[in-house]
Parts: sequence; C-alpha cells; structure tokens
Amino acid sequence: MNLSDIMNQLDLEEVVKTTQEKEVNNVYIGDLLSIVMSKSQENDIWITIQTHVNVIAVAALVGISAVIVVEGMKVEQDTIEKAKEMNIPIYTTSLSAYEIACKLNELGI
Amino acid sequence: MKLYYDLHIHSILSPCGSEEMTPNNIINMAMLKQLDIIAVTDHNTMLNVPAVIKVAQKKGIIVLPGIEVTTKEDIHALCYFKDINDGLKFQDIIYDSLPNIKNNEEIFGYQYIMDEKDQIIGKLDKLLLSSTKFTINEINNLAKEYSGAMVPAHVNKTTNSILSNLGFIPKELKLCIVEKNSDQNEYLCKMIGESDYNIITNSDAHYLRDISEPDNQILVNKKDINSIFNYMTKGG
Repeated sequence: MNLSDIMNQLDLEEVVKTTQEKEVNNVYIGDLLSIVMSKSQENDIWITIQTHVNVIAVAALVGISAVIVVEGMKVEQDTIEKAKEMNIPIYTTSLSAYEIACKLNELGI
Repeated sequence: MKLYYDLHIHSILSPCGSEEMTPNNIINMAMLKQLDIIAVTDHNTMLNVPAVIKVAQKKGIIVLPGIEVTTKEDIHALCYFKDINDGLKFQDIIYDSLPNIKNNEEIFGYQYIMDEKDQIIGKLDKLLLSSTKFTINEINNLAKEYSGAMVPAHVNKTTNSILSNLGFIPKELKLCIVEKNSDQNEYLCKMIGESDYNIITNSDAHYLRDISEPDNQILVNKKDINSIFNYMTKGG
C-alpha cells in the first residue's frame, strides 16, 4: 500500500512530511532501538515512543517508510531536522501503540 | 598512581538499595575492601551524598559526588560533580522533573535520607525509579553546566542502557568514557568500540556484599577529585 493513502485515513499530526511516495508492507512496534535495528524490515511503518535523533538513524539503516510517535510524546528538534535531511516522515498521535496499530490493521496492513 | 574505585553504589535512599546501605556501612565496607575512591549514586537524588562525604572525611577515603539519572529514553546515566554544592543544585532540577508518582513503600522499599550518624532525617515521597523529562543529550549538557561529567551506566545491559535503548552511542555526546558491568552481553560489548572509549567497571551495589573488591583501578597523577575528572573527561 502507498504511505500517503494510509496516512490520509488516519488522524495523525504530520511532523515531517513525505516528499516522495513510499511503499508500506508491514508494521513494527518497538522502543529499544537495538532490537528494532535487528528485527524490523524495509518498508515497515515503525510505531514507537522514542523521540531521540537515533530513531532516524535506525529508520534510515533499515529502510523504514515512516515513523509514528505515540502517547503524545514530543519529538526533539534535532530529530526533526535529521528526518527532513534523510527524507523519513514522522507522524505523532496521542493514541497508544496498540490503538494506532489496530487502526492500521483495519486499513488492511 | 593507581586508585581502586567503585563509582556506582546505591544507598538506602534508592528504592532498590537495601536497608544496610547506610553512610557508615558503605564507607566501612569500602575501607575493608581497600578502595581509594567511591561514589554513592542513588536514582535521581543526591540527598545521601553529604552524609557519606562527612563520614568519609574521618576515614581518608575519597567520595566523588554522584547520581544515577534516568533519562527520557529510560537510559541510566551516571553524573559526577567536582563540588557537592554544584551536584546538589543539579539534583534539585532532576528531582523536580520527576513525575508526581508517589513511592509505594511496600513494593519499592523506603527512600530514607540519613545523616552522618546513620539516623533517618527524612524521606522522599516521589518514586525515584521514574524517568525524568530530560533526554540523554539534555542531561549531558546540564551536567556540564554544573561542572560535572556524564558516564552512561552499564552500557552492556539489555535494560536501561544507552546501547540497548538507543542502538548506538550518539557521537554528538562527545563521550570518552562508559561504564560496563560484570553481566557480559557479548553482542552489546562488541558495540562499545573499545578503542573509542575508556571503560570503567563498577559494582552497581544494592547490598553491602556487592561493593567491588579492589579489582578495578584507574591510573591518575594525584589522589584527588580533579585527577578523576580529567580521566573521565579527557581520557587520562
């Protein structure tokens, strides 16, 4: 599925915009970046509460399509800058990881 | 000269520290183990450090003022200060930034503040195991503002460690030293990049028996706090 098709159907705040269309195959949920690095897959949407700039490094390494930061966590400015530079979209929501994952599942992912 | 050290010890004030971890017991055990320098690093508080310093002054052992801060990312970061007064100002900011979650003494234990005679002079109400609102970068900068130094704790652990929580050590922190503990995790140890960092090994003692034997040493020019600081911030 296309990332923009998915995100248009969810009520998320867009922190860093997509500037190119991305494919989404799956969803990965995790907050320990060492585990995310080894377990997540290319073209995953990644759901996390982490907001540190290392999130973007890990997302770029794996080839994550987009990051959704949950529980209303505020994303650091250096993380936003890095995400723009690496072209990795970031969305935030006050929902929990479970709630947003259920919505993604309803959309067929 | 060689200094035998243990720079990560919890007192009775940490919810996880046992009741035997009083200022006098800690210093006496450190003397028995022939350590030259110790640090009591309670979770998100330094309020037992003044008593430990007072006890140590009579015994000729150096106490480096310290605290183990929990960052926003749930990383444990040891922060050390040359001057206890700077440390206490830093700790006020840390304690104030903890969420208002009350300690449940039945589950987590007591959070007692003691004087140099091991008398209880107060207790902290907020649960010290919560995370502060500060990121690891912010804690690093805040420690520097108070002439302190940050050392990521037990980087080879799979919980509350900079390597497991953040995946790798961010270069912008400009660290030259990290703490490893004795629980070896081969994968995480490999990620430290031993040539990039000096490594200190501490006990993270919650019980008296766990305080380090005189096994770990650092080489410094002089037996004082400034020399330890040079080792932590410049690597020697």
